Amino acid sequence: MEITMEYYLIISTIMFFAGIYGFITRRNMLAVLISIELILNSVDINFVAFNRFLYPEQMEGFFFTLFAIGISACETAVAIAIIINVYRNVRNIQVKNLNKLQD
Amino acid sequence: MGYSNFLFLKEELSLIAMIIILLVYDLFGSKKSLNYFHPVACILFLAHTLFNFFPTGSIEAFGGMYIDSPIGDVVKTILNVGTLLILMQTSNWINSENMLIRRGEFYIILFTSLLGMYFMISAGNFLLFFIGIETASIPMALLSAYDKYKHESAEAGAKYILTATFASGLSLYGISLIYGTVGTLYFADLPAGIDGSPLQLMAFGFFVVGLFFKISLVPFHQWTADVYQGAPTSVTAYFSVISKGAGAFVLMNILCKIFSNLVTEWQSVLYVIIIATITIANLFAIRQHNLKRFLAYSSISQAGYIMLGVISGSAMGMTSLVYYILVYMVSNLAAFGVIGIIEQRTGKLTVNDYNGLYTTNPRLSFVMMLALFSLAGIPPFAGFFSKFFIFAAAAQQGFYVLVFIALLNTIISLYYYLLIVKAMFINKNDNPIEPVKSDIYTRISLIVCSAGIITIGLISAIYENIEVFSFGV
Repeated sequence: MEITMEYYLIISTIMFFAGIYGFITRRNMLAVLISIELILNSVDINFVAFNRFLYPEQMEGFFFTLFAIGISACETAVAIAIIINVYRNVRNIQVKNLNKLQD
Repeated sequence: MGYSNFLFLKEELSLIAMIIILLVYDLFGSKKSLNYFHPVACILFLAHTLFNFFPTGSIEAFGGMYIDSPIGDVVKTILNVGTLLILMQTSNWINSENMLIRRGEFYIILFTSLLGMYFMISAGNFLLFFIGIETASIPMALLSAYDKYKHESAEAGAKYILTATFASGLSLYGISLIYGTVGTLYFADLPAGIDGSPLQLMAFGFFVVGLFFKISLVPFHQWTADVYQGAPTSVTAYFSVISKGAGAFVLMNILCKIFSNLVTEWQSVLYVIIIATITIANLFAIRQHNLKRFLAYSSISQAGYIMLGVISGSAMGMTSLVYYILVYMVSNLAAFGVIGIIEQRTGKLTVNDYNGLYTTNPRLSFVMMLALFSLAGIPPFAGFFSKFFIFAAAAQQGFYVLVFIALLNTIISLYYYLLIVKAMFINKNDNPIEPVKSDIYTRISLIVCSAGIITIGLISAIYENIEVFSFGV
């Protein structure tokens, strides 16, 4: 059986919306971060699938994916550093503890 | 193509050189010579600003990846001046006792974020644009979490990095779908392939929502007030002026250049968003007591006014947008300068603390009054002219109802800006804030800001010079 582009797109769409759902519902900051990673990785799948099936003569999508992976690694590193800092301040990384700033 | 292409990146190169010089100085400078770190950084950045002050011609480098337009140069110069003013206002906080150990990084992170904005502005390809937007926003998360031992600062950093990555994820998803439908990422080739198919409209929606998050328009503004309140004051100034200005310009640049075929669609989206932004932010600003939080909501509503320039989509809209950014920058930085120095010296930050400020600090309260009058748009200060031009640009394209609603909101905003002026000048207080002595850097920056507020509106050459370079749909 041949695997066409649609299969990849279905997977990436499911990942994307699962990420959004997780971002909204998760109560642990690391889980929120993992949800964001899901979103970013679904984008990578999209780019690679489009490039491979629709525009195989160019490499733009592949290069974009490489950069996107690198940048999402940076984001994760910074986010984890900040989460560790939060942990030092409140001994907890539950989202509900981020309640000092509010109206 | 050779390495000579790099020479076109004049502004970026000089900024990178400065970052490297400061990094080496911070690493290897002796303890005694590091006492001069702040003045050296200020002077280097001033040299960088002057070196790149005047816009150069239009240049395309790296096969269209990097496009240097004169209007982009103007915006970069405005951002440079703003960053210089913020740098001078930080001197008190960054040179305080407990910050000394991590002072050097602050400058490097700040300038790196500015570098990202440069790339964002002159990007000619979605790849470079994405790298720029991330280079700008990741360091800003670090800056907002810079007060390591304060719970508020850590919380602001966490909130910012999570929402910023979420927003850029949405943006990226939009870009990937646009790539799928058009097959290229170059800004020059994209408009031909944008035909408004349903998939493209969805992609456009995702992409723009990511940008709206960065400029903090309603309903994507929830992070703004918290982050602005928790971050150190000078970082808040950076957030509200530099990052917002760059984001607004980039939004207009991309909407006019790439999505010019979808002009009716994005105008209708912006129409709703502008009304929501201005009205909701104004209503929330009325009930704030913390001044940083108050200025956060005020900056959201100002972003709504800036969007009036975007929605017009004309050359006049772009001119008034850049002009508005300039005026908004001097007014907001004056307000943040006063708040920052008072917070640093006395730790007081609420409106009630400012009761009777005029009796003890007449000059600071005068500068604050100028800033608030300019933000509210009272003639003859600069804020009046910037609002006038941006309303004129929107009205020229036939958005009369929108301009009318914005005008009504100006009256609401006048009310809450004047509340603070009333607190400072009229309200009685038995023990007002004791006289605050500001250092020389803050003083110079406040003088520059006040001079800007008074003169920018009266010197028409500034507006006319920006007008030469701008473009529309």
